[in-house]
Amino acid sequence: MTVPRFVHLHRSAMMLLALWLIYWCATRLKWDWLPLYWHNGLIQAGLRNTVLIFAISWTAGLLLGTLLGLAQAIGPIYAAAPSRVYCTIMRGTPLLLQLWLIYFGLGSLFPQIPWIRNSGAWVYLREGWPFAVLSLSLCFAAYEGEVLRGALRSVPKGQLEAAKAFGMSPSMQLRRVWLPQAFHLALPTLGGDAILLLKSTPLVATVAVKDLFFVSDQVRQDTFIVYEPLIALAVMYVFFAGIVALCFRWLERRVPNRSLGG
Amino acid sequence: MIENIAAYLDHVVSQGILSLSPPGWGGALLVGLLHTITIVSGAYIIAIVLGILGATGKIYGGPLIRDWLSVYTTLIRAVPELVLILILFYAVPKIINDLLVASGLARIGFSPTVVGMLVLGVVIGAYMTEIFRGAIIAVSRGQTEAALAFGMSTYHRAVRITLPQMLANALPGMANLWLSATKDTALLAVIGFNELTLVTKQAAGSTRAFFTFFIASGCLYLLVSVLSTQLFAWAERRARRGAPEIRRGKV
Repeated sequence: MTVPRFVHLHRSAMMLLALWLIYWCATRLKWDWLPLYWHNGLIQAGLRNTVLIFAISWTAGLLLGTLLGLAQAIGPIYAAAPSRVYCTIMRGTPLLLQLWLIYFGLGSLFPQIPWIRNSGAWVYLREGWPFAVLSLSLCFAAYEGEVLRGALRSVPKGQLEAAKAFGMSPSMQLRRVWLPQAFHLALPTLGGDAILLLKSTPLVATVAVKDLFFVSDQVRQDTFIVYEPLIALAVMYVFFAGIVALCFRWLERRVPNRSLGG
Repeated sequence: MIENIAAYLDHVVSQGILSLSPPGWGGALLVGLLHTITIVSGAYIIAIVLGILGATGKIYGGPLIRDWLSVYTTLIRAVPELVLILILFYAVPKIINDLLVASGLARIGFSPTVVGMLVLGVVIGAYMTEIFRGAIIAVSRGQTEAALAFGMSTYHRAVRITLPQMLANALPGMANLWLSATKDTALLAVIGFNELTLVTKQAAGSTRAFFTFFIASGCLYLLVSVLSTQLFAWAERRARRGAPEIRRGKV
């Protein structure tokens, strides 16, 4: 007779331990700062900024990455070589360095250019988030460019020949057959990379963007509490990463794998 | 355009902000690079030890060990590195000292470099565990069975058969991990470790030559990544020597 999985002794022990740990954290640690920072709106602002920065740079990065991937997979040499170099450079240097180069570098350059100072965009260019979004997008695009280059190349040749045999124009082949199948092939990697992007968003706090990490830093500086804000932060990110992972799992299930049998 | 760049480079050299001796920051950048490489090498060695232990536990361990290791790898991979580094930065020295005090020994002080290595080692150890687990599983079963038939002990089977063959499978993943580890060291700049990215920021801030310094240290990071890519490619060729070439159908 097989024992159902949920009565396994060690699993039950782990569950009890986890419950005890949650109880211990809830009762023994200090959480009195939570309502305070909820009421003054900092936590909500942090949540909003983290989600917005993630969403914008994911979208922009994926678009640019698709172009980079296409340029490397089917583009002529004068498009393929620069995007290759771009991907190598961006993937070979730390994101923090790129972020600081863009924020401090461009940030020190812009005030010296009169037409930028006098334009309407200047209000935004004095803040950190345009630079944060720009550098996250540029870096993410380099990673996605590599992923999509590989995916575009591994779409089965028969599919493209069939598309051609149907008399599709090159752009239609790309739109209806090549790109959709490449994205589907790349979905597991794209999902992993989206979580990597999410996990690199706290870096934007170093250029004074008020994201979740910035808020937890603020709490730690105000109250001298060491662990609790960090634990709360970690739980938040695990929660977000779970949502992203679920979204990608749902996307993967939407298309049955058999369609790639060719 | 080219004259402008040449003039700028000439300006940089004559002003000497990149020169190696103290008025210039070149020497400080190289020291920062040395710190980065030291921390990442130490962390990598810790991660390899953790990875081998973790992968062995995940494959051969009992249900309890497997569950605990899953908690370790899942949690570490789901939380941002920056947050983990902050938590571990406070927690690791405290836990070690508590253990030392509990076993009747004196507390020890940790140098920032050692803390950096430990923290980063624990983080990339989780990734290393997964890489090694996949690589060990990929070693053909006939090999370990043959070793068993030869009457090798568990230790000899691990050291002579599984680990050397696993290495060839693990090296591509290990190379990726090394590259991301060198870049993760930059995160230590946020908590004030004196490594390349932080030195760069200080140099750029005090000379106001942002592009010069950030591009210069970008080149240093690229140099490290290009050189280590070559090194790992060589190591993989060496680890695969004598193995049948599958790709060209010459099995």
